[in-house]
Amino acid sequence: MTAAVAISLRVNGERIEASVLPRLNLADFLREHLKLTGTHVGCEHGVCGACTVRVNGDIVRACLLLAVQTHNATVETIEGLSDSGEIADLQSAFRERNALQCGFCTPGMLMAAQDLLKQLPSPDREQIREHLSGNYCRCTGYQAIVDAVEAIARSRAGRLP
Amino acid sequence: MKASAFAYARATSVENALELLATHGDKAKVLSGGQSLLPAMNLRLIAPGLIVDIGDLAELRGVAVKADVLTIGALTRHADLLKSPEIASHAPLLRDAVAHVAHPAIRNRGTVGGSLAQADPASELPACMLALNATIVVRGPAGERRIAAHEFFTGIYETALMPQELLVAVELPMPAKDSTHFFREFSRRHGDYAIVGLAAQALVRNDRFADLRLGFFAVGDRPLLASSTGELVGVAVTSATLSGACSALDAELDPLEDQQATPAMRRHLAKVLLKRCVSSLLSRPDLCGGASA
Repeated sequence: MTAAVAISLRVNGERIEASVLPRLNLADFLREHLKLTGTHVGCEHGVCGACTVRVNGDIVRACLLLAVQTHNATVETIEGLSDSGEIADLQSAFRERNALQCGFCTPGMLMAAQDLLKQLPSPDREQIREHLSGNYCRCTGYQAIVDAVEAIARSRAGRLP
Repeated sequence: MKASAFAYARATSVENALELLATHGDKAKVLSGGQSLLPAMNLRLIAPGLIVDIGDLAELRGVAVKADVLTIGALTRHADLLKSPEIASHAPLLRDAVAHVAHPAIRNRGTVGGSLAQADPASELPACMLALNATIVVRGPAGERRIAAHEFFTGIYETALMPQELLVAVELPMPAKDSTHFFREFSRRHGDYAIVGLAAQALVRNDRFADLRLGFFAVGDRPLLASSTGELVGVAVTSATLSGACSALDAELDPLEDQQATPAMRRHLAKVLLKRCVSSLLSRPDLCGGASA
């Protein structure tokens, strides 16, 4: 029974049929089977947030979800959000404000930031920090990240950045 | 690290899950949200032979209000509690508590049933169940069992749940309309494991407690329903009665030592929370000795 299990899911709009071992987590499935390496693997126990992806519209830890659990699910990764242009403004704000250095945390950070802005269009800095609190960045000290998210919240709300 | 190999079964119904558990016994582990189980497996702290995934059992999800009982299905996620209008109006203590549980991406997967069955002594929801006088509903080969929350938690990661049983729901008696609550925890950073926390549900009438249920967490090997509150109910609380209650609480505590705090520090913080709680619920800043909550 440790044999592979057939799954069918949608990843970034594309139907995927695969056969996976139960122990394979979603992050490794995305990276190694689908070559979607924008989802990063950091701590592998849900602390760092580098593997954050969307499943059925909600952000989750891809390291704390088995690939077999995503049968019939809709998964969106940083590649999907980039290609659709959904977060183009956030991405350029991150670049302009030096909200990334090594970039390891950035995909997860963008996922969490976009999730916040969808739920709460005008967050204050404390709410931004709170929503990003499960995403670790070891380079920036977070100020520039919070600045970038705050700027995009304002520009999306039609105010000057 | 990666989890070791295991077999996987996606349960198709509660009965099917119970059959799998009956066949495989304690070699099987139930996978609900997986936010405690999968880290433990990835760290190789545990290596179950079979994972029984109950994630598709829609009948275990959701919040229902019927007569005087609020029922929360085991698969109801932390995120669902935060957004539920029934929880906001009938059990706002849970909404306040869940905001302290980890981070949004974890709350989108973690479930009520998973948190209670995991029984981490530093976890928020078990202590809330004590404060709310909840009944834990479990199903097993012999049918349904209903266990009072204060008898459910038996030790670190230990509960009254048998390996062949599945936690299916919790039932909360509907609190009185004018009932109030208090939730605070000390942690190094928001979302971290609590150093000490307190979930309280109270009834205040004529500036006195008509009822007070205090659920402390991270103060021992299981959540604690403090009985020292008896001295605070039905009396005009003064600094002296509150000090007395603090001493009584101290005698009830058996805090553990870990990387976060010594037992002495936990004892101190539990008493600070008790004072802040009583002061806040009675709207009596004078009882707090200047410390702000």
